[in-house]
Amino acid sequence: MTDAAHPADVADLTSPQAVAERLATTGYLADDGVATAAFLAIRMRRPLLCEGEPGAGKTSLAVALAQALGLPLVRLQCHEGIDAAQALYEWDFPRQLLHLRALEAASDGALDAEEAERSLYTPRFLLARPLLRALQERCVLLVDEIDRADDEFEAFLLQLLDESAVSIPELGEVRAEQPPIVVLTSNRTRELHDALKRRCLYHWLGHPSVEREVAILRSRLPGISERLAEQVATAVRRLRDLELLKPPGVAESLDWARALLCLDGETLDAETADRTLGAVLKFREDIERARAAGLAELLAE
Amino acid sequence: MTTVGTPSTRSGRPDVLSGLVAFTRALSAAGLPVSMDRVTAYLEAVRSVDLAQPDALYWAGRLTLCGDPDDIALYDGVFRQWFLHQQPERPGGVRPRQPTIASLTPQPAGDGGDEGSPGDLHRVGASEAERLRHRDLGELTAEERAHLRELIALLRPRPPLRRAIRQRPARRGGLDTRRTVRAMLAAGGEPTVLLHRSRSVKPRRVVLLVDVSGSMEPYADALIRFAHALCCRIPGGVEVFTIGTRLTRITRQLRLRDPEHALAAAAKAVPDFAGGTRLGETLQAFLDRWGQRGTARSAIVVVFSDGWERGDPGLLGEQVARLKRLAFAVFWVNPHAGKDGYVPVQSGIAAALPHVDKLLAGHSLATLERLMQVMRDARRFG
Repeated sequence: MTDAAHPADVADLTSPQAVAERLATTGYLADDGVATAAFLAIRMRRPLLCEGEPGAGKTSLAVALAQALGLPLVRLQCHEGIDAAQALYEWDFPRQLLHLRALEAASDGALDAEEAERSLYTPRFLLARPLLRALQERCVLLVDEIDRADDEFEAFLLQLLDESAVSIPELGEVRAEQPPIVVLTSNRTRELHDALKRRCLYHWLGHPSVEREVAILRSRLPGISERLAEQVATAVRRLRDLELLKPPGVAESLDWARALLCLDGETLDAETADRTLGAVLKFREDIERARAAGLAELLAE
Repeated sequence: MTTVGTPSTRSGRPDVLSGLVAFTRALSAAGLPVSMDRVTAYLEAVRSVDLAQPDALYWAGRLTLCGDPDDIALYDGVFRQWFLHQQPERPGGVRPRQPTIASLTPQPAGDGGDEGSPGDLHRVGASEAERLRHRDLGELTAEERAHLRELIALLRPRPPLRRAIRQRPARRGGLDTRRTVRAMLAAGGEPTVLLHRSRSVKPRRVVLLVDVSGSMEPYADALIRFAHALCCRIPGGVEVFTIGTRLTRITRQLRLRDPEHALAAAAKAVPDFAGGTRLGETLQAFLDRWGQRGTARSAIVVVFSDGWERGDPGLLGEQVARLKRLAFAVFWVNPHAGKDGYVPVQSGIAAALPHVDKLLAGHSLATLERLMQVMRDARRFG
């Protein structure tokens, strides 16, 4: 295996550590698991399926990867009822119609039907949706919350993931010259098909350790003091142990730290924590439970 | 430091290769299914990483051989045994929260104490079937039980429906511009007919939580068969869990077409058959791991339990309230509720009842049929 086989943007990424370093330049701090996952996804040209607690950084991994590699990010947000027209391509019918009318008017009745039909099905009337766009240029393709789409849509994704190609009946096959780096995320609202999982690398993203969370807070929020970052990370770690309905993720601890910075907080005390608890806990029951457990305890050194 | 595919890491050498393949065999034996293409991916991943780095081998396998958070704990265990022979802490290997419920009772043989062999079946008339429909499931003879199994397998439940976002061509509804324009295109640009579309319907997800504790033992077999009938009839739309002292998802096992195979697989998967009851904790485990993520959202949730709770009834009440907020409707099916003189005073059911949409009887086939009807007719309750 030589690096020449790989496109210029990833050629010098020869180890997970190199990937982690490159990701760190965008402010995304990857641990061993994430770095190895991203490295193998690039090297083996396999899609990476990320599952994990909400707010653990699944989507932001793809965003950071695109930024780190200097590639455009093509994002497909899945939802119920998503179909090929929304995900892949669609013919621009109104424009085709206008074009036909224009041809008719220009030709004064002597319109060659064959010719006219051929001119209708050309790339200029093709509306490329995210999946087709991802095949047309080298990019990072993020298929977000795949579990929200219907089962049939997964089956439809298989050809694309397998061959980096799709077939459009009127035009023929569209094949990516340089396959996209694919990241799929799922919140596990339903189980994905084995057929899809088999084609992917699988990574489960958990909550980071306190030290890593401090590092994430400091890299994302340059104005934050080390002490405040440590306090927030420790408090959030203790909140996660409280058996809450929605344990706070990294996204929530960033929100909280941001809220505290807005209040000009240098340190976090029980009274400020009480006022800003809504930034980190989003359920009434959770807030009550945290208060019952004692905010002073939560902040104890 | 990190040249890819240096001779020492190449898996081309037969001893290394067979060692890695044997590791995947060990995983299979431990219950983590490893298909051939996963093994291929694993070998490729091992070749791609620098094995001198600590944990590179661990991650290469975890990323390619696991496909589910539940697999990771299994993988970790086998990996430790196979490669390390010790107990290292995995950096960053934060596992999904497992239900912290232990106290497993030894597993008795499968399906609810039934001795009837399929051989001694004999023909039974329609009136007998009708009589059987109303008999208490817990008091059947082996012969009646075998007959009842057939009746359950014959159930044809129709799924409850909900409106879908997706629009389908329809006789009336909003204008379907796309199809209308396409029809115009075919007619040389003349508007000929107006075509319509409207929102279609989809099956609404059904979640069954079956209590398999000791007090429910006489009913467990029939209830899981009922769940199997639903699973077969509404593929992909039914999730089945057993609750007792711990939470077990048996949807996968019940997908097997043949009822006997499905039941055997389910019995093998459930470690706490005829054990104790801690409904509150198992319900919490269900909601944390599945329900809140989406499985219970706008679903019809049916709890089959007699409501004998050995844990804290307060916790059960709290969790049922939480379930009620997520689900479309929550039904509680109690085998004793249809009997004369039943009063819901057991600690568990008393705590849960205020948050339940309906308390239904579930002691006979007729009452299970009634349950299907209620599910089908479910509307958003107050």
